[in-house]
Amino acid sequence: MTDPFVHVESVEKRWNGQLGVEDIYLSIPRGSFVALLGPSGCGKSTTLRLLAGLETPDSGRIIIGGRDVTASPAAERGLSMVFQSYALFPHLDVAENVLFGLKVRRVPRAEQREKLAQALEMTGLTGLETRKPGQISGGQRQRVALARAIVAGHPLCLMDEPLSNLDAKLRHSVRRDIKKLQRDLGMTVIYVTHDQTEAMSMADMVVLMKDGRIEQAGKPVELYETPASTFVAGFVGSPPMAFMDAALLPAGLTSAGLDAVYGVRPEHLDLTQAGDGMLQAVITHCEYMGSETFLSFDVPGSSGLTVRLPGEVRRSVGEAAGLTFDLSNLHAFDRNTGYRLPR
Amino acid sequence: MNDLARYERRRRIMYGWMLLSPALILLSLFAFIPSAMTFWSSLFSRGTRRNPSEFVGAGNYELLFADPTFSKVVVNNLIYAGVTIPVSIIIALAMALWANSKIPARGFVRTAYFTPTILPMIAAANIWLFFYTPGLGVLDQIGALFGFASVNWLGRPETALWAVIIVTIWKEAGFFMIFYLAALQTIPPDLKEAADIEGTSRWTYTRRVVLPLLMPTTIFVAVNALINSVKLIDHLFILTKGGPSDASKLVLYYIWELAFAFFDRPQAAALTVMVLAVLGVTAAIKFIILDRRTHYQ
Repeated sequence: MTDPFVHVESVEKRWNGQLGVEDIYLSIPRGSFVALLGPSGCGKSTTLRLLAGLETPDSGRIIIGGRDVTASPAAERGLSMVFQSYALFPHLDVAENVLFGLKVRRVPRAEQREKLAQALEMTGLTGLETRKPGQISGGQRQRVALARAIVAGHPLCLMDEPLSNLDAKLRHSVRRDIKKLQRDLGMTVIYVTHDQTEAMSMADMVVLMKDGRIEQAGKPVELYETPASTFVAGFVGSPPMAFMDAALLPAGLTSAGLDAVYGVRPEHLDLTQAGDGMLQAVITHCEYMGSETFLSFDVPGSSGLTVRLPGEVRRSVGEAAGLTFDLSNLHAFDRNTGYRLPR
Repeated sequence: MNDLARYERRRRIMYGWMLLSPALILLSLFAFIPSAMTFWSSLFSRGTRRNPSEFVGAGNYELLFADPTFSKVVVNNLIYAGVTIPVSIIIALAMALWANSKIPARGFVRTAYFTPTILPMIAAANIWLFFYTPGLGVLDQIGALFGFASVNWLGRPETALWAVIIVTIWKEAGFFMIFYLAALQTIPPDLKEAADIEGTSRWTYTRRVVLPLLMPTTIFVAVNALINSVKLIDHLFILTKGGPSDASKLVLYYIWELAFAFFDRPQAAALTVMVLAVLGVTAAIKFIILDRRTHYQ
């Protein structure tokens, strides 16, 4: 395999001794879509800003396109960025906002016009050239920010929670637009989000972060099916994985013994008659979602037990039920460290 | 039902007038009525025991235009405005840009710049009187170190107006800086970051992003500076009293002289009316022209 397009090696950043991020290793192939995922304060935005050159790492190396850019200013890294707030210039109209960078770099007029038309066409903004950011909708503003990011034709585009200011419905459609743009232009996109659905549905590679460190990096399916820790298992998937103490399970089940915590995904749990099954539980919530219904259960020594059932299920809260599952679908984690145990 | 609607309508109109009345009463009492009365009295001649006041129409205005002091004062005031307005704005902007960047002792710098604003103009003038005093003054003492001869800054017709102008700029720039500083802090920092990623130099960023976003503040400050260039004359009483030979006399000081030193109230009224008219027209032009080129958030 050729060298990765973006390579980050043991990068660390602190503010006045307080941890920003540490031990960041990333290896991102050209043309891929990478999501930096995690709860707020986990360091994903810091990582992005380090890549962008808006912050300088205390130690470590950042290589983009085979060039060591650790000490280079943002402009020399050949990348563009979409900000969470969009960072549009309020006094400039759409066309001038998109062309800002090209004008600064004194690109010839004819080329500017051509690229502008192309970028507006791709983002569906044609006809809005002379509007100011204050005169267009949030979704359109977001697309102006995208157009500004793609107009320069940089091979790398960084996005910092670009959808968080949009309403749920718009978010869904823009998600597809971004993905399509990325594929059409062959861009490498590094995308920060706290929404695991966004990360799972868009990314080729998900980097899940926690407390300034990378918890797990891999394909979405890897994070989902072989989560490296209880944190990953609980963060990825909706509803998340349920956890049970080893004591709840039939004795002699595992070699790990009582020091393990077992996780099971909602789709691997089945409902049985009360008195049957492996666990005896009481229904605590019943959420009807249309195509499916989520039933939540309370079992001492467990958390987050949820069953996913197709269609409408008429069960009332407080009813007793039995739960059963296939032992091969269980995930085992170390009780103390939270890390995944070999089966 | 219809009655109710009419009653409701009348009640709303009443509300409107009630909300309007405090401003209306105060402005009428202290601005509109005095202005109208000033205009009215400018149309009459000065009354003495032997010649009672009579209607002369534009007579007072004609007299003013024939008065050499009037043209001298107008030219003085034009120079005064033409220098103090742009210079204090530029200095205020430069200080604000500097005091807004990451510098050590930022709070101290801001306070230091703002101090002249807190001082009453009279006190400021007294400080500067000490600076300008020939022989004893700070300026002369510094000049003496380099072997320059003593200069009577306030006492020579060539330098008096400029000495006054410098005091005004010193006094105003810190005040205007506060407005610029406030406006600068409303500019989101990610605009700078977005510009950085595009490779924008600091100067280009200032010119293409910061200055346009500061335009509303600039208009406000410019109109204020214009008004001050006519209104702010306290320091003249301390520093030069308009002299020597009217070299530093400004319009409002002349109005004061006409009214309270020469007791020629009608002349003073005529001059006041002209000042009001010029100020009104200038402010209107400023707002109309600059507004069109300004982005308000």
